[in-house]
Amino acid sequence: MNSPKTGEFALIGKSVVIKGELSGSEDLYIDGQVEGSIELHGNNLTIGANGQVKANVNAKGVVVQGKLEGNIRASDRAELRKSAIAVGDIATQRLAIEDGAYFKGRVDIQGERAKLEASGGK
Amino acid sequence: MKLFRSSSGDSVPNQNAQPARSTRRSNGLGEIAKVLAQQEQLCILDLGSTSANNIRYFTERGHKIYSEDLLEASTDPALAATDEQGKPMLDSKRFLAENLLYPSAQFDIVLCWNFPDYLDESLVKPVVEKLWSVLKPGGLLLAFFHTREAGPDAVCYRYHVMGGDNLEMQPIELKKHGRGGSAIRLQRVFNNRHIENLFRDFSSIKFFLSRDNIREVLVVR
Repeated sequence: MNSPKTGEFALIGKSVVIKGELSGSEDLYIDGQVEGSIELHGNNLTIGANGQVKANVNAKGVVVQGKLEGNIRASDRAELRKSAIAVGDIATQRLAIEDGAYFKGRVDIQGERAKLEASGGK
Repeated sequence: MKLFRSSSGDSVPNQNAQPARSTRRSNGLGEIAKVLAQQEQLCILDLGSTSANNIRYFTERGHKIYSEDLLEASTDPALAATDEQGKPMLDSKRFLAENLLYPSAQFDIVLCWNFPDYLDESLVKPVVEKLWSVLKPGGLLLAFFHTREAGPDAVCYRYHVMGGDNLEMQPIELKKHGRGGSAIRLQRVFNNRHIENLFRDFSSIKFFLSRDNIREVLVVR
């Protein structure tokens, strides 16, 4: 996934470091460092390849390309791209993990339409 | 115990590397499949390289799965240390303090795949002891051990559970010190007595010898 165009996402750039609680009602792309918690109910979070996040994440959709240390709660779907390093539990309805991604934690697939889409290498 | 690693620890090209996936029948996995079919809500710990396929397989059947890539974790550069003589070693205390931390989980099944053969010598015994402590009484542990015929360049695989006793094997190349170091090779070959000794605290052990120079070991806690 390429970096987003300005205006489509709120963007936390490479050189930005944030400590504290992040919440919002628009999609967010993090390429910097965030430590704390992230609440984006109904919106999507993307952690870019340069992103380093230490936080529990609550969002509609979560895509991880960089590093995440914390639990993911995604009401719709979570994706771990091949460059992802994710340590923490994942609770979501749909999960995609590319070959090469590093994941350490528990997976909880929730809901009646719960399903997991394996991707990469297939 | 025969050690394969040279004293220099230099990387040697993996001549057996196979880019394509292959399949095999696994008697040990077949035994586990019977348990999976008979019981619900089992708690499974997959210690191999992360497989989305395995997560899907177990969660679709209503089981809980935890995933932890122990071999990858053992390549963390932060674990590099030196002994009293200044020789490079791995900080096993730190490794155990940072991995296999499941204070509230008790597992019904632990899938080790082939990591014991590739894991640093200092970690093998303490990791098996820790696995004993996180397994429920009567819980099952599956591990694969190479025979001597496999050779030091035996390919390391990511294992994908395909159903029943079918396994898909995807070659992977492990790097020392994270994703940029030299390749990790087979560290040693255990004979049956070593394996029995390694799992001596468990209540029973069953061996399955296959044609591809692998001994499957199914252990009951």
